Amino acid sequence: MKPGGSILGHILRHLLLIAGLVIMLTPFVWMISTSLKPPNEIFSTKLSLLPNNWAAADNYGKAFTKVPLLRYLLNGVIVTGGIFLLQLVVSLPAAYALAKLRFKGRDILFTMVLIGLMIPAQAPAIPRYVMLYEVGLLDSYAALIVPFVFSAFGIFLMRQFFKTVPDDLMHAARIDGLGEFEILWRIMLPLAMPAMLAFGVISVVSHWNDFFWPLIVIQTGDLATPPLGTLFFRNEEAGSDFGPLMAGTVVITAPLVLLFLAAQRRFIEGVTLSGMKG
Amino acid sequence: MTAPAANDATPAERRAALALVSPAWLAFIVLLAGPTLAVFVLSLTDWQLGAPTMNFIGLGNYEQLFADRVFWKSFGNTAVYCLVTVPGSVFLGLGLALLIEGATFGRGFYRAAYFLPVTSTLIAMAVVWEFLLHPSVGLINIVLEQVGITGGDWLKNPSRALFTLAGIGIWQSAGLNMVLFMAGLKSIPADLYEAAEIDGAASAWERFRCVTWPMLGPATLFVTVVSGIRSFQVFDTVEVLTKGGPNKSTEVLLYTMYTEAFNFFRTGYGAAITVVFLVVVLALTLLQVKAGEKRTHYG
Repeated sequence: MKPGGSILGHILRHLLLIAGLVIMLTPFVWMISTSLKPPNEIFSTKLSLLPNNWAAADNYGKAFTKVPLLRYLLNGVIVTGGIFLLQLVVSLPAAYALAKLRFKGRDILFTMVLIGLMIPAQAPAIPRYVMLYEVGLLDSYAALIVPFVFSAFGIFLMRQFFKTVPDDLMHAARIDGLGEFEILWRIMLPLAMPAMLAFGVISVVSHWNDFFWPLIVIQTGDLATPPLGTLFFRNEEAGSDFGPLMAGTVVITAPLVLLFLAAQRRFIEGVTLSGMKG
Repeated sequence: MTAPAANDATPAERRAALALVSPAWLAFIVLLAGPTLAVFVLSLTDWQLGAPTMNFIGLGNYEQLFADRVFWKSFGNTAVYCLVTVPGSVFLGLGLALLIEGATFGRGFYRAAYFLPVTSTLIAMAVVWEFLLHPSVGLINIVLEQVGITGGDWLKNPSRALFTLAGIGIWQSAGLNMVLFMAGLKSIPADLYEAAEIDGAASAWERFRCVTWPMLGPATLFVTVVSGIRSFQVFDTVEVLTKGGPNKSTEVLLYTMYTEAFNFFRTGYGAAITVVFLVVVLALTLLQVKAGEKRTHYG
């Protein structure tokens, strides 16, 4: 696209964009604003962004004491970190082999990866639940992590990346006497950092925000991930004590939003790459 | 496939490859392929989780499903949700991409700001929306009141609730479609615009009509299908805000599946709903693959 047009056009363009922005960002602004207000100002029909009497300490204090918010965030870190780490352990060797080695069944495995890309996460939910029920692992970290260890997207993405690495690099390493594992660990892994980061963004964002699966397998409050914790908090509040509730949602949304603002380009690239995964 | 055939490989290479791919094979079979196939098998049984017996009842679950008014209501609601959310978020995304890419400054700022809803935790934002939509103390009705409109109840009015959820869906996904369109816009060669200008396409509208829109066609198809797949999976806002109500007016397919399989533990019946869900998503995905092929063709 070519930037251009008249001055009037420019002004109109920015007016439109800013008007749209006001609508898009209102939920965030109002969430923060409400989290700072005392109840009488929240229930007043007189609108103001900043409170007359600041109640931030009270609201945030209540949010942290009524439900274990920090525990929810910690669970989010444990679960998304665990999933991503195990996904790498499974995906990287397979992706390297698919891209660079000759072996029987390679084309079948790659076809399976492509098929895996098409299956929505909710489709295998019932049998996964039954399996976890049979082995007694429902309501545990394992229930939150293990089902997602196989990532078709991760294997696909890393394979596409390894394809771009010149074969000469491996040949030279083999002549130096390195085995395939050493080539993967000492040569490919450092090269693959950017691709791994892109995969990491997609994996962490989608599992941090995932609600469907934790809702199904988790009953214990102490094991709740941030979205599930938010629901527990809302139900506890019965939807009336809005100050602490909004303070809670600020705390729950903050980590990903801050991460996004810090690494916007990589976020947008990663999400564009995956297209459908949020 | 560029590498030579497998039988040229040395035994050592074959052994290494086997060791490298076996964790992925194992995980694929146990965690994805097995469970997905098992859904089809379970959908042919009358099993309920924890029940000691399991009988094959052929297509019994499907017969029951297709005779169930709630299922059709749920399927219809999901379709209506998609028919509102997809065009809404695709046109909004396209408009934003065009407006922002054409700007001389502030592009990075606008892009980040409009993208924010995509990365924020939807459940937390759904709780915020619930507050914004509150009939008496919610911001939306207070603002409407000031211009003389009585907002009413957004989530408890059966003729309105589904559209309210669709609105939240558009809010959440417009930014994603925007960045997908931006990628499409970047791939249009600049000399096409110059050529169009020489050929007399003087106004911005004519340049859009002659160059941008036709070149963006495949990207638009791709974004539309991807949005369709995402919208078809709507669940989070339904569970938090309406629980399928009032009067089943926001009952959607995944929500029906969830309640049957995980609240009532009618495992076989839930599996049949999952199969219907999977078939629709796969059909849409095949469309997406076709759209993707076209897109790469245009480069």
